[in-house]
Amino acid sequence: AGAVTLSSPRARAQEALEPNSWEEITSYNNFYEFGTGKDDPARYAGQMATSPWTVAINGLVDRPGEYAFKDIMARMEIEERIYRFRCVEAWSMVVPWTGFELADLLDMAGIQERATHVAFETLLRPEEMPGVARPVLDWPYVEGLRLDEAMHPLTLMATGIYGRDIPNQNGAPLRLVVPWKYGFKSIKSVVRITLTDSEPPTSWNVANSREYGFYSNVNPDVDHPRWSQATEREIGGGLFSPRKPTLMFNGYEDEVASLYEGMDLSVHF
Amino acid sequence: MTGRLNDALRRVPVWPLYIAGAVPPLWWLWLGLTGGLGVEPIEALEHRLGELALQVLIAGLCVTPLRRHLGVNLIRFRRALGILAFSYVLLHLLVWLALDVQIPAQIWADIAKRPYITVGMAGFVLLLPLVATSNDRAVRWLGPRWRRLHRLTYLAVLLGAIHYVMLAKGFQIEPLLYLGGIVVLLALRLPVRRRLLPA
Repeated sequence: AGAVTLSSPRARAQEALEPNSWEEITSYNNFYEFGTGKDDPARYAGQMATSPWTVAINGLVDRPGEYAFKDIMARMEIEERIYRFRCVEAWSMVVPWTGFELADLLDMAGIQERATHVAFETLLRPEEMPGVARPVLDWPYVEGLRLDEAMHPLTLMATGIYGRDIPNQNGAPLRLVVPWKYGFKSIKSVVRITLTDSEPPTSWNVANSREYGFYSNVNPDVDHPRWSQATEREIGGGLFSPRKPTLMFNGYEDEVASLYEGMDLSVHF
Repeated sequence: MTGRLNDALRRVPVWPLYIAGAVPPLWWLWLGLTGGLGVEPIEALEHRLGELALQVLIAGLCVTPLRRHLGVNLIRFRRALGILAFSYVLLHLLVWLALDVQIPAQIWADIAKRPYITVGMAGFVLLLPLVATSNDRAVRWLGPRWRRLHRLTYLAVLLGAIHYVMLAKGFQIEPLLYLGGIVVLLALRLPVRRRLLPA
């Protein structure tokens, strides 16, 4: 996949990024279905059965249905994307994802003209997910994007990390990656994608709309009500890891700022 | 039964408690420096110190109800528990200042602007006069005022637990269990409650 990657201008812009180690990426996770501790997903997500796996694609599409993960993989072009990943909790990583563009998957299903948004849903299987016994969030986890965000060439469905299958704690077998938004927008272990004509509910916004907006674009100028978003700590720096300034749209401003032209980002946060 | 237990407890020296209390922070610092606290050791160290401080403060709050309702006398160990708890709160604060936030301008902004930090800082400030008077000379000097002053503990512990509840993301049960436990331990001290109990 490497050769394919380097030929695209987007990928070239990412070359300067130094990815975190496999251990860092796969041992420090938020996946509340397995518990709220950062090490809970790595400890418990192994129980999640990811094969067979189907993704229901429905709503305003020409070809709705249950798509088997292996059939999706056979039809999609897999490439590597090295992206910054900025959590709303003010830490960050660099992850070498492999996957395909969400736009290609949506085109496969055929987007109808009336569609304006895309809704996503995570697997909910209580017998394999100890965390959902607690009402931390309203399960199943749901997320959403505006259609133009979903169709943006940076928006990825990731199926691997470092060229290996994505581990369960990182959202196997396929997850969304929207690199200019806070990490919780990048919903894991997706089982349903629905094209809609209105803004879909999103889990953290439902849980606390004052703290988590629908857009949740990385923005150093708009603080979380409880903490500053001006800086972040890069995972992997040890006990004396310095804080670094957070970049507008997580460093993808040139690519995505036009999507939000004319919007007040402190209102549509 | 409790008489023999209390006799035995009287013979247990207090100083080993201080030695034992120094072990967790040093052990965690070692782990943090050598990768044993995971890939984000700052957050891990900060959270562990905060939780340990709350646990020891709760242990301190148990001393009076244990004596009053079960006749077990641990009062000799209470000062050590208080001083250890304060030390953990101080270390928790230092980790936050020096390793976590790092930026002096942001530290002050956080204290003023972020309610959970304001509450936590208020709890810490309330502990200062308490640790300063946790010695025999201060007890003699203050006389009956010492007991009144040290009732500030109740408010400080409550603020500590509220601080924990306020920083949780989503609906999480552990911080609420801490807060609930503390509220029960404080309620046991209410004079109303004592009158309701059979004499």
